[in-house]
Amino acid sequence: MFWRKALIVVGMILLSGRSAFADATLVTLPIDRAKFLAGQKFDMEIEVRGAKADEIKVSIDGRDAAEFFGVAPVLKNEDSLSSYRLNGVALLKPGAVKVDVEARAEGKTIRSSVNYTVAAPGQKRAKNVILFIGDGMGLASRQIARIMSKGITQGKYDGLLNMELLNDGMALVSTSGYDSLVTDSANAASAYATGHKSVVNAMGVYENSSKDPFEHPKVENIAELVRRARGMSVGLVTTSNITDATPAAMVAHTRRRAEQNYIAGEMLKADVVLGGGSWHFLPASSPGSKRKDERNLIDEFKFAGYAFAKDRAELASAKGGKILGLFNLDNMNVYLDREMLKDPEVLGGFTDQPTLPEMTQKAIDTLSMNENGFFLMVEGACIDKQLHAMDWERSAYDTIEFDKAIGVARKFAEKEGSTLIISTADHSHGISITGTYHERDGKSGREAVRTYANAIFPTFSDAGGDGYPDDPAPDVTLVVQYANHPDYYEGYKAQSKPVSPAIMSGDAAVANASRAPGGVFYLGNIPVAESSEVHAADDVPLSAAGPGADYFMGVMDNTEVFFGIVGALGLDPTQK
Amino acid sequence: MQYRTATSRGAASASLLFKYGAGAAVRVLALLSCLLLLDAAASNAEGAEELKFAELYSEVSSLGITLSDKLKSLDGRDVAMTGFMAPPLRPSINFFVLTRSPMSICPFCSSDSDWPIDIVAVYVEKRITSMPFDRPIRVEGRLELGTKTDEATGFVSLVRIYAHSLREE
Repeated sequence: MFWRKALIVVGMILLSGRSAFADATLVTLPIDRAKFLAGQKFDMEIEVRGAKADEIKVSIDGRDAAEFFGVAPVLKNEDSLSSYRLNGVALLKPGAVKVDVEARAEGKTIRSSVNYTVAAPGQKRAKNVILFIGDGMGLASRQIARIMSKGITQGKYDGLLNMELLNDGMALVSTSGYDSLVTDSANAASAYATGHKSVVNAMGVYENSSKDPFEHPKVENIAELVRRARGMSVGLVTTSNITDATPAAMVAHTRRRAEQNYIAGEMLKADVVLGGGSWHFLPASSPGSKRKDERNLIDEFKFAGYAFAKDRAELASAKGGKILGLFNLDNMNVYLDREMLKDPEVLGGFTDQPTLPEMTQKAIDTLSMNENGFFLMVEGACIDKQLHAMDWERSAYDTIEFDKAIGVARKFAEKEGSTLIISTADHSHGISITGTYHERDGKSGREAVRTYANAIFPTFSDAGGDGYPDDPAPDVTLVVQYANHPDYYEGYKAQSKPVSPAIMSGDAAVANASRAPGGVFYLGNIPVAESSEVHAADDVPLSAAGPGADYFMGVMDNTEVFFGIVGALGLDPTQK
Repeated sequence: MQYRTATSRGAASASLLFKYGAGAAVRVLALLSCLLLLDAAASNAEGAEELKFAELYSEVSSLGITLSDKLKSLDGRDVAMTGFMAPPLRPSINFFVLTRSPMSICPFCSSDSDWPIDIVAVYVEKRITSMPFDRPIRVEGRLELGTKTDEATGFVSLVRIYAHSLREE
């Protein structure tokens, strides 16, 4: 009997890295199967949940952990939670590492083991890395942009996107966090930035029991590593709030991505910071501010030597090795509204916002002054935001704009010769190209959705040859359908202004009647509390070119993107 | 864009006017679960100055917002604005946020979403239990400017209306 019980306990340990005994749970962070770059700093924490532990013993490969790392543990001992924490430690020797934990609680002993892998620093092959993240940009998003920007004649494409010409490495990337199949942008970007999975809404941390979003055990991120190990420069460029999840995860550590006041301050870890969201940089007393304190971060950046740009003109003339450019209080407008439609009501006074390619060019020009190289992350943020709003046209124009930014990087890399360029997404959306839509024969709505042979080809035109279709609503347009959606009206035509598909009414989302007048009503297929289309767990494509790009092949976990980056750079933080 | 076409398909609520006075309250109760119980302060529809969302600010840039001369000239006076009621923090509350467009997300409910720039806090003397979120409503009341933090919710407002009349547009 005893052995049967013991076997069950051992089985649980082997399966989950956790054990439960007398209602107490032992949790080791980082989790089982975590992978580190040798020398990468992290906080290790063991929690006994549900019991007051008398003692927690931790060993690394058989040696006492505190002694192994040379760090004194921080102990917490409360009624239903005990914790043993080692802050700022690092595993220096490449290979496998076994962590054994033993805790005595309520007169019983509970045990658990986790295994880690430590990756050896690679040979330096790349001087710079530019990581392009098309937020929510799944395979269909790439193809929609290719159809619209390059065209298709008799079934053959008339060209490929810049991201599709990154030909030295290609992979399918899986995106789940360690808490859930479907991720969000914070958790997903955190995997790229740290090589460690996290949980929804978190970045640069593992999740412990703390209610304080800043008390969770941290892992060192790419911005900190490239600075510490090689003195490289860091750049962040996006079209959303610069404090939004994707750029935030490159520099910040918090359980809650909503801590944007804090994240704004963390942007001082980057040398070039370009995007929207100035309202988190303005003191609370300044009208339009979203800060809860009186810190004026724009002044703090200026004091730290940054040139500040508030619009496209100021960005063009900004000089020096550090730039803060904030071009909207909130997210920047999308390409279609910003560069083509220019409706004053939509732009709300922000009539001089730079494009993503312009920001990318400025970032590269500035960062490449550092002889030690640079890491630059460029995000196409509204590819995702517009798919949430079920506006695939606005999303597609932003995908094209994102691709133009990759074009800027390709040109730089061609001349420079030692720059790795990676283009991928952080997660997917459930969209698919069903066929086309036209009303040439008088049919409209659902009956005008053309499938198979009836689909013929869309009629997007590009008289100017700039790669952006002249009209988002041509005679024959695409039918892009959504795997998940709230109740909404579908008009199958581009909308002149951004309009939400559904709005909240109490606890339920109801179809927004001001969208798609005369459109077809579709009953939602996700919980009624969801007012927008939601992320999909589909793998996302990754394309890469330049030194180190051959790391990317086959089907990869999202944490491997980090190891591809630090491996190409040959970063060795064990020496510092 | 086409908010005026909305009423034909609105799903959330009634199409009746809400005004003060016992008669109105009875009508509302009889027709719907929507309750708007404001004190019987005198309605002042005729004297209210029409104010549009586009007229709130004279300049908006990354460095902040500048209130328009029109807005400043109306401080303390009666104004009328048309917009959408954002889903409130709690089902029963004495203020709500009026927005230019209907809100697809609830910044009060979801920490990851934020209010747009052009919003107006509307205070009412008695609690509202329900109003439509998907159709335009017209607010009339006394305008007040300046940063103010709501004690109960921590919500910071810059432009407020102390309403004496609310009705569906």
